[in-house]
Parts: sequence; C-alpha cells; structure tokens
Amino acid sequence: MSVQAVVDKLKARFGDTVLETVEFRGETTVMVKKEEIVAVCTFLKGDLGFNFLTDLCGVDYMGQAPRFMMVYQLYNIGNHTRLRIKAPVEEADTTIDTVSDVWATANWMERECWDLMGITFNNHPDLRRILLPEEWEGHPLRKDYPVQGPDREPYQGRLQ
Amino acid sequence: MGVEETLGDNIITTSLDAIVNWSRASSLWPLTFGLACCAIEMMATGAARFDLDRFGVLFRASPRQADVIIIAGTVTKKMVPVIKTVYEQMPEPRYVIAMGACACSGGVFDTYSTVQGVDEILPVDVYIPGCPPRPEGLLYGIMKLQAQIKKERNSFGAAIGVGERIAG
Repeated sequence: MSVQAVVDKLKARFGDTVLETVEFRGETTVMVKKEEIVAVCTFLKGDLGFNFLTDLCGVDYMGQAPRFMMVYQLYNIGNHTRLRIKAPVEEADTTIDTVSDVWATANWMERECWDLMGITFNNHPDLRRILLPEEWEGHPLRKDYPVQGPDREPYQGRLQ
Repeated sequence: MGVEETLGDNIITTSLDAIVNWSRASSLWPLTFGLACCAIEMMATGAARFDLDRFGVLFRASPRQADVIIIAGTVTKKMVPVIKTVYEQMPEPRYVIAMGACACSGGVFDTYSTVQGVDEILPVDVYIPGCPPRPEGLLYGIMKLQAQIKKERNSFGAAIGVGERIAG
C-alpha cells in the first residue's frame, strides 16, 4: 500500500480530524487533532501496519499558536513505508493522550518529551523524569528556558 | 671492572618527608574513571604506546585503592553526586587532575546541564587544557602532580598523626 493510499484511508476514516496533509521531498506528513491521537495511532498500527514508532518528540514554536507540536515518526516494517503524524498542542493545555498502549516504546520517549519539553501525557503509566535529575525544575528544551540555566547571568557576548 | 656493588657498605641520609613523598609520587594510582571522550585519550595514555605503568601509574578499579582521580570529560550536574561519592571513598592523601577543557571550565558546553569546571565541586591540583589533550599532555600533567607531591612538607608527620600535611 502506498503512502497516498494510507492518507486516503485516514481521511476516509477520520474526516475532520485530519487537519492537513503535506508532502515534501517524498516525505508525507499528516496533521491530526490531538483529541483523536490514540484512535489514529491505533488505526495506523492495527489496520495499516505501521508497527514501528521510530521516534516521538515535541517541537516548541514559541510565538505561534498553537505553541507546541507533537511529532510521531512511523515506519511500516512490512512494506518499508514511512509516515509522519503531527498533533498541535495549545500552550494553555499542554496535555495529550499517551500512545504507550499502542507502541510500548512510546513509554520512554514520552518520558523524555515530558522531561525536556513539559508536555503531559494523560494515562501514562510512569511519567517521571528520564534524563535530568529527579529534583530538576523546569523543562529546558522550551524556548523560554535560559540556555545556561536559571541560576546564571546570561552570556552577553565577548566583545562587550 | 665496572660497578660490582651498587651501594656497597654505605649509608644514605634523607628526610622522612622526602622518602614518603618519593614513594607517593612514584606509585600514583589513578581511579579507573572516565566521563567522556577524554577518557579514550586517557586509555590510550595507559596503553602500550605511551605506557603510564613506567611511571608507577596503575589504574585501580576501586576508589579505596586510588590516590588520584582524573576527571576525564564533561561533568554534568547529574553526575556530581556520583563524583563526590567516589572522591569521598578515596583514602587521603588524594589528588584531582582536571583533564581537558570540559573538566577545567565546562568547555564548549556552556549550558544548563553542565558543571562549569570540576573545581566547583572538587579541589583540583592540576589542570590539563586541550580538547582532548594529547597523551603527552596527560603525561605532563601527571609529572607536574608528581613534582608537586615531592615538594610537600610534613607528609611523614601527618601519616603518623602529628600535624597536618602542607601542600607543595
């Protein structure tokens, strides 16, 4: 099944949930509403054979609305096709449902995403920090986090 | 003819401090402890080509048997409690070598997660610059530390519990 057929099936099944479809240099991206992310992922894995979650991450588009974007990189091991799923997340409500029940590997990926980007995953079995120390405050990959840490003067440049 | 007896019926005079310092400097055992790419260079220094063993420098797998800890690599804030624990497990006198730009100053990692120089948490005796330093650099740093140890005073007295050791 080609990627275009996958996109058509998604649109037929979910209708308005599919917000946008982009194809660029042979890579297909489908943007969906975050409320339906578990249903979309379950359908993609169960019916369309995307049995491998390559990566899961968050993006911070600070200054734009919605501010955050969840990105799911999927791979179909059976017929070697790739698909990217995106789901926008509002700054006022940085939560999205977990897909760790769909792909077990999402467990640690979502922990990393929560640790560094501060997106909360509903119904996650074990949502705690995975890279930073347990007592860390804040989420450093957010654009408004000071890159040298909150307890230091920001770098002013060497030619001051 | 040649030398038939190395010392013969002679006596040697020295100070107790000097003999303690000489033995400490000549058997400087580092802890087997590496944090990043500098550790690869440290292993190369210990291997056949540069051969740290010829200076009496043998890597030990336990901090209880180590005299010096070579901080070889980037020190992250998450690693700080581990480094402190390992350092506190070492018997005194103990020495610290900061190997490479990261251990000296944080290096290129001027970020929230990196300690900006291991001297924020441990008393450093020798700083070795470089990214990473060549094995010759590490050898030079170790020899600098040996020279420093040989200049210490009251090291014998401190060993038997009389007074404090005075750094060289």
